[in-house]
Amino acid sequence: MHPLLRLLACAALSMAVIGAACGGGASEESTASKTAAPVTNPVDPNTASAITGVVTLQGTPPPNPPINMGSDPYCMKLGAATTRVFVVSDDSGLENVFVYVKDGLGSLKFPVPSSPVVLDQKGCSYSPRVFGIQVGQSLDIVNSDETLHNVHALPMANREFNRGQSLQGMKFTTTFTAPEVMLPFKCDVHKWMNAWVGVLEHPFYAVSGKAGAFALAGLPPGTYTIEAWHEKLGAQTQQVTIGPKESKKISFIFKV
Amino acid sequence: MFHLYAVLVAAFTGILIFAGGLVTSTESGLSVPDWPNTYGYFMFFFPLEKMVGGIRYEHTHRLIASTVGFLILVLAAWLWRAETRRWVRRLGYLALAAVITQGILGGITVLWYLPDPISIAHASLAQIVFCLTMTIALVTSPGWKRAYEAQEGTPLRRSGRQGPAPDDLMLQRVAAVTTGLIYLQIVVGATMRHTGAGLAIPDFPLMFGQLIPPHWDSKIAIHFAHRAGALIVSLAILATTGHVLYHHRSRSELRRPALLLLALLATQVTLGALTVLSKKEFIINSLHVVTGASVLVTSLVLTLRAHRARFAADGRGADASASADTRIGRLAGDHA
Repeated sequence: MHPLLRLLACAALSMAVIGAACGGGASEESTASKTAAPVTNPVDPNTASAITGVVTLQGTPPPNPPINMGSDPYCMKLGAATTRVFVVSDDSGLENVFVYVKDGLGSLKFPVPSSPVVLDQKGCSYSPRVFGIQVGQSLDIVNSDETLHNVHALPMANREFNRGQSLQGMKFTTTFTAPEVMLPFKCDVHKWMNAWVGVLEHPFYAVSGKAGAFALAGLPPGTYTIEAWHEKLGAQTQQVTIGPKESKKISFIFKV
Repeated sequence: MFHLYAVLVAAFTGILIFAGGLVTSTESGLSVPDWPNTYGYFMFFFPLEKMVGGIRYEHTHRLIASTVGFLILVLAAWLWRAETRRWVRRLGYLALAAVITQGILGGITVLWYLPDPISIAHASLAQIVFCLTMTIALVTSPGWKRAYEAQEGTPLRRSGRQGPAPDDLMLQRVAAVTTGLIYLQIVVGATMRHTGAGLAIPDFPLMFGQLIPPHWDSKIAIHFAHRAGALIVSLAILATTGHVLYHHRSRSELRRPALLLLALLATQVTLGALTVLSKKEFIINSLHVVTGASVLVTSLVLTLRAHRARFAADGRGADASASADTRIGRLAGDHA
């Protein structure tokens, strides 16, 4: 055989082998995805229970210092703003506390919601400031401002990222691969912008809203460790036992 | 002409170090997440109106760094074309290699989210680049070249104040050791900055109200090392300047950088104290960085001048016609 033809034949053979190898990999992946059992909610709706409650702040809440937005004319013209570290209602309810089931679910697996969680950069602040998400669930990070932001995640258990969003309307979608409470975000352009996400393998989490109220619904009966986390005041836990179709009320009290 | 250009490059390098200090002091290092582009824009086309918040510091630092890189490229090419001394040409190549490496380190540290070792290396190499550009400016100065003639007994064209360089072994050693210690102190300072240990000891001059910290962790240890280093460096500078003022008071090319060194030391210690007491106010913090660099290069100039006799062989044929005082002398407080 002519050396050139021999070379071409070898090249063709090599390509075929590589192609087969790659195809094989894809096929395995495809097979694996076919054989993986879809995760369904393991909680029997007939016995599902709930834990509800309220987070309160005892003592005089420290003032939220004003934010100097002078480094960005766009943010500056939005008007005066303060940090939202202590958002307290008239009856001492404390907002933005992440409440979740820390322990007690054993090896139960829960389906990942198909709808994404949205973290918006609006008015030169993050909205929401504190939120939860499940491992594998999409997080859409959008920029609604007419200025640019960078979204810098500072995880311990997940992969760090830092993405720039220079134009209004830009969106970046990501997921987290490991549970982590709490995972902070910051904007290095605007130092005052901070947010925290609790990444969990289950859907039993809530963020205290107005008057400090929260609800963890759809839980299977059992004994749970419930944790409440606040960005400045730290975390508190308590044990709660609930029976079938029971709704139990608990409270967390943070002191300043 | 070349000497003027070299001084310009050295001055720009000093400005770049100040700009870098501003980036770390304002924690703006990651405000531009991409590199070498800026938010997807080619660096030089990034719109001015988008330079807000931390981007002002980081992007400005990148622009100055690019300018310094270009200036050093021209410097190296100019040396290659016009400089007769091989070792000076090599200094130019070394400065070029250092500034390119510096740029790459700067990019890597952004893309890898400011890992401490890379950021510390970036800060430490910046000082080397500054030393190289300052050295090039010094050894291409008319004053430096005139000293060669004096060394060889050639009559001086100007006043007789420029005599042969002193071959004072003690001065050479103490000045070299001092320069080395200053550099080490700057590396410890960079480690302190990049590991967030700048306020690990929150009071000054005592440490948690005592002479020695009552408790320790890694950050307190780094911070303590920087303070202890400051004491050691201060003693070394006092030894060097004391030696110059005692033995070589009449030699202005040594006396003036020595006096400048003392003034810079006092400024630097004050800035260090203010950095702690002001809880790292960013301008004070950045001035502390650039003053530290100035202490280093002033000590380097003094050291090189103390060793000038050793360079005499390279001075043959050097242009002795320069009549103006050297610009490097102005930077280092010397008219020689």
